[in-house]
Amino acid sequence: MEKLIKIKSTCVPVNIENIDTDQIIPARFLKATDKKGFGDNLFRDWRYDKEGKLKPEFPLNNPKYKGQILVAGKNFGSGSSREHATWAVAGYGFRGVISSFFADIFKNNALNNGVLPVQVSEVFLKSLFEKIEANPDLEIEVDLEKQVVKMGGMAEHFEINEYKKECLMKGYDDIDYLLNIKDEIEAFEKNRAYFL
Amino acid sequence: MSKKTLFDKIWEAHVVKEIPNGPSVLYIDRQFIHEVTSPQAFDGLRKRGVPVFRPKQTIATADHNTPTINQHLPVKDELSKNQLDKLTQNCNEFGIELYALGHPKNGVVHIIGPELGITLPGSTYVCGDSHTATHGAFGSIAFGIGTSEVEMVLATQCLMQNKPKRMRINVNGKLNKGVTAKDIILYLISKLTTGGGTGYFIEYAGDTIRSLSMEERMTICNMSIEMGARGGLIAPDETTFEYINGREFAPKGEAFEKAVAYWKTLYTDDDAEFDKEYNFDASDIDTMITYGTNPGMGIKITGKIPTVDDFENDSEKNGLLKSLKYMDFHQSEPIMGRKIDYVFIGSCTNGRIEDLRAAAEIIKGRKKADNVTVWIVPGSKMVEKQAIEEGLDKIFKEAGIEMRQPGCSACLAMNDDKIPAGKYSVSTSNRNFEGRQGPGARTLLASPILAAAAAVTGKIVDPKEFL
Repeated sequence: MEKLIKIKSTCVPVNIENIDTDQIIPARFLKATDKKGFGDNLFRDWRYDKEGKLKPEFPLNNPKYKGQILVAGKNFGSGSSREHATWAVAGYGFRGVISSFFADIFKNNALNNGVLPVQVSEVFLKSLFEKIEANPDLEIEVDLEKQVVKMGGMAEHFEINEYKKECLMKGYDDIDYLLNIKDEIEAFEKNRAYFL
Repeated sequence: MSKKTLFDKIWEAHVVKEIPNGPSVLYIDRQFIHEVTSPQAFDGLRKRGVPVFRPKQTIATADHNTPTINQHLPVKDELSKNQLDKLTQNCNEFGIELYALGHPKNGVVHIIGPELGITLPGSTYVCGDSHTATHGAFGSIAFGIGTSEVEMVLATQCLMQNKPKRMRINVNGKLNKGVTAKDIILYLISKLTTGGGTGYFIEYAGDTIRSLSMEERMTICNMSIEMGARGGLIAPDETTFEYINGREFAPKGEAFEKAVAYWKTLYTDDDAEFDKEYNFDASDIDTMITYGTNPGMGIKITGKIPTVDDFENDSEKNGLLKSLKYMDFHQSEPIMGRKIDYVFIGSCTNGRIEDLRAAAEIIKGRKKADNVTVWIVPGSKMVEKQAIEEGLDKIFKEAGIEMRQPGCSACLAMNDDKIPAGKYSVSTSNRNFEGRQGPGARTLLASPILAAAAAVTGKIVDPKEFL
């Protein structure tokens, strides 16, 4: 996994609540057997019309907005467990997502792919949307080490599990860790219920 | 000794190791895999050069991306075929039992686990599918995971997990006639909203829940994720043991008796504490249907579509307007009597034999309405076989409905079972998100009996009138 310590970038705002994984990547695009190419279909049915033409009103299609951070409404990533949603977000070029609330599975999937979910307060999120709209060139800084997100004179602390923080900063993943404790897992197995 | 919840008891029995300031290493008794969320996990194993650690503890089925007609013929869609072939290759290479398309044990992953006796109380189950919560109906910890985690479990039979908070939802009292398990869960989601359970594992309790059959309990636990909860569970009892007894992979004879003795210790101790607790009265629950684009947008069948005044903040008001625009519904309209175009009866939520029986009871002696296309899709080959043995397929046929072959089908519309844009579908599945059943499709979630009543009338009706 690529290391992630700090992201400094302009943002793409999608000010919609309850963005579910079917909007992030519709099921009909889940037929690939590798992790590539999902970014092209990120928010597919919001980005493109039936004929496959870009919908100019959708923020991803607005040339004003670009960058490595997606700012989204409350309860981002609800619904399915599909990691393809994270691969789509990452594949499009986002390294972090800021929202006031994340669905659990999306959050785990993001962390396992080096995409940082940054949970901020609703008040902070509201001002972020306002500031980005007023000035799309404004840069936001997400400092994982200090657990602070800063933009245009505003700053807010965000929470992240210590272990996950270290994994992201060092580029480690859980499998590396688990493979190293195989003997402990085997010892545990000796005491499992007999009927399993 | 401190008082423990059912969840605590099972969780603690599966912790291999606690990481200071970090997650727990949780042992997973069984993993289910399917064609859509597993190929990248196997690729990961190959890249790392590691085998599957416990191949006998993973069971594979093909379900998400399979046709529901002509399953004996080669799969036409090239990408789907490739995905199915990959699953077969991966299972062969890594030594995993696969119930491929057409296999007598094939079916939707959350239907086959319980019916084969693989799902047992006190155990941990995961699958790269958010409806894994279904298995919690047996008093087990079961939850959906992403593909990186599928790889983790394949490689080590363990997961790194933070312990979720504990919630209990008590439902007590007698259900009104014609009110089903699906109505209970749609009601609960409408009360708690789609984010109300996020960060929690839910225990469903109370005498109403106790009175439900295993299949009904599965319907409830299945949709826990629709409240944002990773999973939901119900303490095992005689209903559970009776269901398990005699199933193919369940312990037999003395082993079964011993297992039952242990399973009987799996309950929440009196005075155990929950981080959150809700109480509901069963008599308040009526037949439910959704009107919007998330499963929390449910109302009573006799109710009216809400107005912006029913919501407090602007974002909720905007959410309602966005949903109604997509659905082409209007504020304060009644939902009953609206014409619909499609009916889907199936999925891991409502694709079991009791669901098909309930639908058949309403369809029997009636005809499918001319304006409706009806897809009845059994959840597994075993459900299909039983439905045929009981003559349910004939009842459907006489009404003008051809029962299809098992699979996830129109629940997520990865295969050809797509609802066309703009069409209304009364569906027994679990999600009504925009485009879930096909681009532009408009989904109304409901119980199998409501769906069956819609199939024979061509509109949204109260199924209680048909009972």
